[in-house]
Amino acid sequence: MKVQNNKAWWLVLPVFLLVAFSAIVPMMTVVNYSVQDIFDHSTRYFVGVDWYKQVLQDTRLHDSLLRQFIFSGCVLLIEIPLGIAIALCMPTKGRMASLVLIVMAIPLLIPWNVVGTIWQIFGRADIGLMGWTLNKLGIAYNYASDTGDAWVTVLIMDVWHWTSLVALLCYSGLRAIPDVYYQAARIDRASAWAVFRHIQLPKLKSVLLIAVMLRFMDSFMIYTEPFVLTGGGPGNATTFLSQTLTQMAIGQFDLGPAAAFSLVYFLIILLVSWLFYTAMTHNDKTR
Amino acid sequence: MTLRKKVVLGLYVLFLLVPIYWLLNMSFKSNTEILGGLSMWPHSFTLANYKVIFTDPSWYEGYLNSLYYVTLNTLISLAVALPAAYAFSRYRFLGDKHLFFWLLTNRMAPPAVFLLPFFQLYSSIGLFDTHIAVALAHCLFNVPLAVWILEGFMSGVPKEIDETAYIDGYSFPKFFVKIFVPLIGSGIGVTAFFCFMFSWVELLLARTLTSVNAKPIAAVMTRTVSASGIDWGVLAAAGVLTILPGMLVIWFVRNHVAKGFALGRV
Repeated sequence: MKVQNNKAWWLVLPVFLLVAFSAIVPMMTVVNYSVQDIFDHSTRYFVGVDWYKQVLQDTRLHDSLLRQFIFSGCVLLIEIPLGIAIALCMPTKGRMASLVLIVMAIPLLIPWNVVGTIWQIFGRADIGLMGWTLNKLGIAYNYASDTGDAWVTVLIMDVWHWTSLVALLCYSGLRAIPDVYYQAARIDRASAWAVFRHIQLPKLKSVLLIAVMLRFMDSFMIYTEPFVLTGGGPGNATTFLSQTLTQMAIGQFDLGPAAAFSLVYFLIILLVSWLFYTAMTHNDKTR
Repeated sequence: MTLRKKVVLGLYVLFLLVPIYWLLNMSFKSNTEILGGLSMWPHSFTLANYKVIFTDPSWYEGYLNSLYYVTLNTLISLAVALPAAYAFSRYRFLGDKHLFFWLLTNRMAPPAVFLLPFFQLYSSIGLFDTHIAVALAHCLFNVPLAVWILEGFMSGVPKEIDETAYIDGYSFPKFFVKIFVPLIGSGIGVTAFFCFMFSWVELLLARTLTSVNAKPIAAVMTRTVSASGIDWGVLAAAGVLTILPGMLVIWFVRNHVAKGFALGRV
């Protein structure tokens, strides 16, 4: 039903030019750096794939990559089920519904460094409610010195920050299910679980795809929040990929390896997003 | 609504609000009270922390800078995304699917990857430390998102409306502005909200591309850390003030926000 019309390119052209300016030009710069050894403006050598070899063998990056995958995995495993559960509990009509929606959107609208600051304060044993309470209960909690505590805090912070996104997505998916489906289920005397498994979950599929992809991408790129909260520590315990990359590029000014690493990093995100997309839309095609 | 649902929802809302309450609570305390011991509400209520922010230009200009580039970004994103989304929702054209996918891959690019090239790119064309630089940089992830959301909303408008308008003698620009844009008004509102939101919360690029004149509030906040320790009260007050613009804009789109979060796809 869409009309074939190549003139439509004129409508797309502004977007194309704008995104090309802020994506292709910088990306080419990165590619350029990744194959050269640069000393200054005039002294530079072509080194081929040397930087890539170096990056792929760098144990610091391996550790960081592993941490990143564990983190993103935990984020998805906690936030997706929790988000669905919350969405099922949300009121559908009336004043309460808008109020709940607004309250749930608040964490999404807080600048990411402030999210870090909120939890930095909240978790401190001397001035933060959570840290203080935990320590009063006899749990020696300190996110700045204990690896486990740091991880738990970063995870709770991310759950606090982003579960609402999953819940709101699922909520709008649930709202789109026509009432007849529920009526039919009532006639069949379906249990609540059966309703969820055979009516709600299949209808949520498209929004869940968006939720999983967004949460994967964003958790994989996380930088500001753990940087403010733990600074990547204790040691390197919560140093994720973006932070390792920034340290390399800005801190040590290792442009070549940093550029090679950037491209590998981007490719991993593309690949995993594609895998999620294919896996979750696979059933539609076979049916 | 059953009791169990209410309890689950109540606990979650509590979990969301308590850390924010704690920030709010701290922003009304003096530093001596904050460090003196834990108190559930400010015993000696003070507005001194807010006064610091509202009387010091280097503080409140941070807010103005942020608001300025966020607004600029929202306007640019909407202006270019509207026609593009219309093209994607109505026509098939050479390379349309590839183009759409390529746009989306930009949403997947980690900002950390672009830090250095952006810095050099904007420095070389003399845009470093300007609001427009940050606004353009944020287009990297906001334009694809805007196209995506708007395309979803536009596909919900029946194509017959376009055809009827053309038969009635409307030219494309006139039809687009007079008929089509009002039809997807809520979609545009939601898109604007999302552009605002993602530009407002982003810090890494905004901080890298600015030094003095266009410094965002998020970067100004690091000033509270000094040799004599952290000024917790002012930090908390600044944090509270960064939450307010978001709450203000969400009020306007509250009825459409759920659909918007599904990117217009439900």
